[in-house]
Amino acid sequence: MTDDPTSVVTVSLTIDGQAVEVPEGTSIHKACKSAGIDTPTLCWAENLTPVNVCRVCVVEVEGQRALVPSCARPAEEGMVVETDSERVKHSRKMVLEFLGSGVDLDQAPELQKWMDHYGSDTSRYDQYELPALRMGETPKIQDNLYIRDYDRCVLCYKCVEACGDDAQHTYAIAVSGRGFDARISTEFDVTLPDSACVYCGNCIGVCPTGAIQFKTEYDLRQEDDWRPEDQDVTRTVCSYCGVGCNLELHTQDDKIVKVTSPADHSVTSGMLCIKGRFGWQYVQPVDAPTRKA
Amino acid sequence: MADLYISEETADDIEMAAVDAVLDGRFVVVRESERLIRAGTSARHGHRHLLLPALHALQNAKGWISPGGLNYVCETLQVPPAEAYGVATFYDLFRVEEPMQFGDVTHVCVDAACQIAGAADRIAELKAQGLNVHESPCLGQCERANDVTGEVAVFVQSVGGPDSVAADDTPYELFHQKGDESLRLLKRIGVVDPTSLDSYLAHCGYESLTAAIEMGAEAVCTAVADSGLSGRGGAAFPTGIKWRAVAAEQGCPKHVVANCDESEPGTFKDRVVMENDPFAVIEALTIAGFATGAENGWIYIRGEYPLATARLQNAIDQALDAGLLGDDAAGSGHRFHIEIRRGAGAYICGEETALFASLEGFRGEPRSKPPFPTTHGLFQEPTAINNPETLLNVLDIVQIGADGYRSRGSERSPGTKLLCLSGRVAKPGVYEVEFGTTLGEVLELAGGLTGSGELNAVLMGGAAGSFVDRRYLDMPITLEDARERGTTLGSGVVMAFTDEIDLVDVLVRISQFFSDESCGQCVPCRVGCVRQNETMVVLQEKGSLTSERRQLVNDIAQVMVDASICGFGHTATNAINSAIKLGLVPGVPS
Ligand SMILES: Cc1cc2nc3c(=O)[nH]c(=O)nc-3n(C[C@H](O)[C@H](O)[C@H](O)COP(=O)(O)O)c2cc1C
Ligand code: SF4
Ligand code: SF4
Ligand code: SF4
Ligand code: FES
Ligand code: FES
Repeated sequence: MTDDPTSVVTVSLTIDGQAVEVPEGTSIHKACKSAGIDTPTLCWAENLTPVNVCRVCVVEVEGQRALVPSCARPAEEGMVVETDSERVKHSRKMVLEFLGSGVDLDQAPELQKWMDHYGSDTSRYDQYELPALRMGETPKIQDNLYIRDYDRCVLCYKCVEACGDDAQHTYAIAVSGRGFDARISTEFDVTLPDSACVYCGNCIGVCPTGAIQFKTEYDLRQEDDWRPEDQDVTRTVCSYCGVGCNLELHTQDDKIVKVTSPADHSVTSGMLCIKGRFGWQYVQPVDAPTRKA
Repeated sequence: MADLYISEETADDIEMAAVDAVLDGRFVVVRESERLIRAGTSARHGHRHLLLPALHALQNAKGWISPGGLNYVCETLQVPPAEAYGVATFYDLFRVEEPMQFGDVTHVCVDAACQIAGAADRIAELKAQGLNVHESPCLGQCERANDVTGEVAVFVQSVGGPDSVAADDTPYELFHQKGDESLRLLKRIGVVDPTSLDSYLAHCGYESLTAAIEMGAEAVCTAVADSGLSGRGGAAFPTGIKWRAVAAEQGCPKHVVANCDESEPGTFKDRVVMENDPFAVIEALTIAGFATGAENGWIYIRGEYPLATARLQNAIDQALDAGLLGDDAAGSGHRFHIEIRRGAGAYICGEETALFASLEGFRGEPRSKPPFPTTHGLFQEPTAINNPETLLNVLDIVQIGADGYRSRGSERSPGTKLLCLSGRVAKPGVYEVEFGTTLGEVLELAGGLTGSGELNAVLMGGAAGSFVDRRYLDMPITLEDARERGTTLGSGVVMAFTDEIDLVDVLVRISQFFSDESCGQCVPCRVGCVRQNETMVVLQEKGSLTSERRQLVNDIAQVMVDASICGFGHTATNAINSAIKLGLVPGVPS
């Protein structure tokens, strides 16, 4: 016991045989990180409340019947965690394989890397006349700011959280439908200009698979001219108001192709408003969307 | 949050009147009168639990939920339209597109008991008659499925009027133990008038509540704990531990919930009790409230049970008038009210945390446990949630004591159990049997097999349960024997299949059920259920599985058991894998 109010209570646990000590309340995922163990995540992000739905981060905890999501479960005193057991490897492999069998993960290099790591084989589901059911969506292109291509959507809920309670409080999009028919949608699937959307683009910022992306990026990709390796990222401060949001201007051939904000920035936590995100018309004009009268 | 964006479509007078009627009515008893509703977020959360009743009102008024109607609800309850749409589209009984055919929808069951009684033919007939037919998962009337008459379960969803089930205007005759002196849970079925409090009182009604009040709350919890009663909703969790945990929580509103969602294919016991002895459910829930110190009682009942809903509501109304519910329930000094909420067609809403989400006006997506309902249940407040059969047992426990209760059944499975007999048995129906009765005896009780075939398999515990074969006929029906022999009692389903039935067709349907009913939240289950179904369809078409596909069956099952969020994903592969393991599936090596 100590009287120092600033002292941090810590818990000790074992991860893959290694003793680890972390502050109380730390997630298993972060405890793994502190022990130098990399864990795949998909629905988790530093700036969002964990929803623990994707299950790609599962680990085995001694004494627990099912595997537990490391992103959301706090480390506990005396826990014995396995991150590389057969069960863990199998679940991670299968989760990634399931995702890859139903959606287009071409623009999710991080997931591709983990799929290689765990040996996920998405072709296993298509070996008969009966093709495996897929998302089967075509891109929704409703304005010149951003597009939604739900054939790439892994239903990680990140955009919903960013649009709702975790950042924007606009609630323009939500999960609709059930089971494999679940989709991110506005009410009655109305177009974004006809919805509550305020074009903050925070959903774009958090989407891990490119299902929501800048129209500029989408167009370049369509032309097969999206070249991240040739892009510069310039960090600057948004010029519209006094809040001081940091912007990262991604430029290709001296043209702005998208705007992000660092997730760890103290002012924005990665979130912006329409002005910072899209308000660069004074540099390069685009047609702004208008709501149906 | 005052500035919700709501589009210009408006509701018509019929829609507005329907919604207003719900929101002004008795639904607000438990929550609103006691809560300080401020603006902003707390106001939204304060009203949000009325979303499901409001959506029901719209659906019933027009046969669908129109954009204008949804806007009206959203404006009134301050729910963002995208979220309300997300909720509406979660449920089978709600439509968000104007129907081609206006009017009643006839839901016909296509799950196992009805499937093998000829549901496909019945559907073709009804369609030929011009009815608007919708194929439905198990409607909880499996005892009506009859392969001789071709009768299958039907539920009619109405526009403008009340919904109905076949039994609405016929007396219940499918109970075969009527008057049996040894019955504990079903003693009043077919004997008492389910619409009359007086009749209930004349059949020992409310003697248990009186006894409970005399004993005091703590003694009731102790008796329930000592009785060894475990939950009958499927998970068999000790009820006494749950009640004590809730009783120990202090300083915030508490809830008791009767989980009457009963949607596990093959299960209809709760419906039989609610339709034929509704006051018993109300009395038992009142005792639960008294014992745990919860003032708020809730009944969440599946939307396809209109008769049970009406009978329970009638029972609540009469009990309230008689002072058996209310601010001083039965003179106990304890305040206790009960509200009924109707589900809208979603099996997953029987999972306790999904049920809370649904009742609160959100999509019926299960939440991660821990935290558990006893501390973070309905509205994140301490909650004891029980199956109605579990609650019924308490009526006896407080009267005959824990020892008296334990005089029947086995040491680890004391008491009696309700079983839902269906499939190829001569007298399908609900049976109350003492724990320890063997499976063979149970099938005999239901009149033995029908048809000319031999017994091939029995589905135990429902679609989420597992198949057993003839070798299990000597298995005593107890929790411990079921566990030891790798099966489950689940929700009490005992569905018999003879060798005339193609089990692969049944497996395809079971896998389809899980694909349809997964909430879709977690990847292992959302995708796994679909892939499992595809595998079964391939098996049906080809008559066998390649070794790669055979491997897939195992791989899918393992990730679903290991990594799914809730019990749905954990059990969705059981039936199929048990059938394969027993060698019941030709073309698939066990
Ligand atoms: C997918 C799923 C569906 C369920 N459906 C029901 C149900 O319809 N009725 C029920 O009482 N319990 C159901 N349960 C179990 C509940 O989660 C919970 O354990 C039960 O209501 C607790 O009551 P008991 O302890 O009295 O059994 C379901 C569980 C799962 C995973
Ligand atoms: S741009 Fe902003 S307001 Fe529009 S959907 Fe995305 S997060 Fe919501
Ligand atoms: S659109 Fe992107 S962020 Fe939204 S759920 Fe799909 S994958 Fe996740
Ligand atoms: S296991 Fe299935 S039903 Fe349960 S949370 Fe996951 S997707 Fe939903
Ligand atoms: S990252 Fe942990 S469940 Fe998705
Ligand atoms: S009502 Fe048809 S299987 Fe239950």
